[in-house]
Amino acid sequence: MSLSPTASALMAVVALLAVPSASAWAEDVAVYRISIKDHHFVPETVTIPANAKVTLIVSNEDATPEEFDSIPLRREKVVPAGKEVTILLGPLKPGSYAFTGEYHEDTAKGTVLVKE
Amino acid sequence: MLATAIIVFREVLEMAVVAGVVLAAAEGAPGRNRWVAFGMLVGLAGAGLVALFAGSISDAAEGMGQEYFNTAILAFAAGLIGWTVIWMRQHGREMAAKLKETGKSVVAGESPMYMLAVVVGLAVLREGSEAVLFVYGIALSQPESVLDITAGVLIGLAGGVMVGALLYLGLLKISTRHLFGVTSLLLALLAAGMAAQAAGYLVAAGALPALVDPLWDSSWLMSQEGLAGRVLSVLIGYQERPSAMQALFYAGTLGVILLASRKAKTKSFRPA
Repeated sequence: MSLSPTASALMAVVALLAVPSASAWAEDVAVYRISIKDHHFVPETVTIPANAKVTLIVSNEDATPEEFDSIPLRREKVVPAGKEVTILLGPLKPGSYAFTGEYHEDTAKGTVLVKE
Repeated sequence: MLATAIIVFREVLEMAVVAGVVLAAAEGAPGRNRWVAFGMLVGLAGAGLVALFAGSISDAAEGMGQEYFNTAILAFAAGLIGWTVIWMRQHGREMAAKLKETGKSVVAGESPMYMLAVVVGLAVLREGSEAVLFVYGIALSQPESVLDITAGVLIGLAGGVMVGALLYLGLLKISTRHLFGVTSLLLALLAAGMAAQAAGYLVAAGALPALVDPLWDSSWLMSQEGLAGRVLSVLIGYQERPSAMQALFYAGTLGVILLASRKAKTKSFRPA
């Protein structure tokens, strides 16, 4: 019976402890930028190094919201109209990881290329 | 119209699967439909608010607001489901007696109904807000007519609801003797899947290490993009490329719920 309060409390603690460590990411991490223009990613390919943490900043220059979505990268993030969001990636193994703008899948397609 | 229908279908699918399992688990409970409907309505209103404040949520917590928001909702829902399963197990004997007496299953009393109604509401809140944002965007930008958009939304909605209804009706085919066991196991798997998803968001926020990433890649066997993969990802938490951290959260949540409900069950069978 007492499980769920305990479990939720535990998760809340995990989440709280975690907040400061998120900022540690910003040190010495390479930053890559892409934009969304007319429901296309610009550029459509981002090449990043293997086995390293990187930060991908996606800025939405359209007047409509978009959702950065990638099952291979396991990332799903709404990019509100006219805003930019930060997506933390890696360390990743070499390979090609597709992503889409879920709200405009026909045009908004991109790839993260991970190279040694 | 088709694009609208597909996106709306995907978002509704996730809520419908949660609702299907919850409705089956609460089959026969007094006031079930009223409570679940109430949960859905509150969830829908919440979805509108979340969509409205998407920008502020996104900017919060050094740009990781969405991740923490999703983590909180998923962890809360998983906790509620876990609590309900254990409660149901503890009251298993009363329920069995009631079943014999009335021929009806499953949940005695309304108490877990509130919990499950909240779980459905949270699913609507999370997935609904994405659907609202999408439809808002398409209404704002696309050359599509209002009629086309409306038709797309309705087709997507109907499709998603149909999958949820099939799941619910399929579960009810199970004999009443086994329905309770099956639905509590399904609820436990649903909670484990939500916990794993929450862990995924914490990894995405840089708050937890992925440990091994990915732990496996079964995309060749079943893609999460397909209908079966999508349904299973909600229903039992299937992930084609999970991180080890997610697997740990999954196993931990499932283990705790099953162990606690087993303990609860044994306790309730002890002579008073």
